[in-house]
Amino acid sequence: MKVSQLATALNLQLENGGSLDRQVTGAYCSDMLSDVMANGREGQLWITVQTHQNVAAVATLMSLCAVIVTGGKRPSKELLAKAEDEAVPVLTTGLTTFEVAGRIYNLLRQKE
Amino acid sequence: MRWYAADLHIHSALSPCAGHEMTPGAIVQALSAASVHLAAVTDHNSCENAAAFLRACRAQGIAGLVGMELETREEVHLLCLFDCLEAGMNWQEHVYQRLPWRENDERVFGSQLRFGAEGNPAGHVRRLLALSTDIALEEACAQVEARGGMCIPAHIDRPAYGLLGMLGMVPGDLPVPALEISATAREEEVRGRAGGGLGARRLVSFSDAHHLGQIVPVRTVFYVARPVLPELRLALAGRDGRRVVVFE
Repeated sequence: MKVSQLATALNLQLENGGSLDRQVTGAYCSDMLSDVMANGREGQLWITVQTHQNVAAVATLMSLCAVIVTGGKRPSKELLAKAEDEAVPVLTTGLTTFEVAGRIYNLLRQKE
Repeated sequence: MRWYAADLHIHSALSPCAGHEMTPGAIVQALSAASVHLAAVTDHNSCENAAAFLRACRAQGIAGLVGMELETREEVHLLCLFDCLEAGMNWQEHVYQRLPWRENDERVFGSQLRFGAEGNPAGHVRRLLALSTDIALEEACAQVEARGGMCIPAHIDRPAYGLLGMLGMVPGDLPVPALEISATAREEEVRGRAGGGLGARRLVSFSDAHHLGQIVPVRTVFYVARPVLPELRLALAGRDGRRVVVFE
């Protein structure tokens, strides 16, 4: 499943100019960036309430396919700009991390 | 110029997690016994005990700074230090506006004891102080600087509330003159773990004392002309003959 299909299915808002063409290999939920650096895997979606600009750096480092900022939180301007530079799409939703993760889990399982 | 043994991260009984025995007077007695020359009380999101602490310091011949341990929006703890009470209280007012109002449940979080300028007990602070403010890390640094203060990210090596844990790395352009490592952390180890990401930034280490027994002879000493922030900045930058040394 591509990021774009998932974004449509969950009605996620794209906040910057990143590409939605990558395949989603899975997802990881965490608000601690060191945890994502240790346990995230290439191609995963990252679901978080963290809005600091370092989110873009960690997403790039781990080659994640997209970041979803949940709970109606606003990503900082710096985060959006850095993520755009690195072609990492940042998506937002009013849903909580729990709700987003549950829906994505089901969508990815259906596709298997 | 002379050496100042410095402990710039201490909690008074205003911090819900600190012991009741941490009155400004008792802290200063303990600092004196530990031969500390320069100190700051840094309570969570508050400077309310700063006036009492400064007064107790003066009586004991210790140089006191006004301090706060801010919790940023990212849940990073940031030491905010000021030379004068007015600047600190002005910063506190700003922080209180950006701290969600929630009543402190003393049974869960602990009590938050305030002291008057004379060191007299002055009641409990009702709002819960140990919460995340809505102030972003970079914004906090800029706002503190604008008030003549100085920021040092606290215990960056700690998994909870430490900069490295929460944000993975130190933002390259973060305008702070130093980073604090935990009282028992070793500089080499922290630098190794950060994989070169700390650059040329100075590391310092303070007690983060929550109980009197944790106030011990310090690891960080400044060689400066006077115990004020502009001098500490020079020492952290290694300029004009000023220096800072951190013991293992």
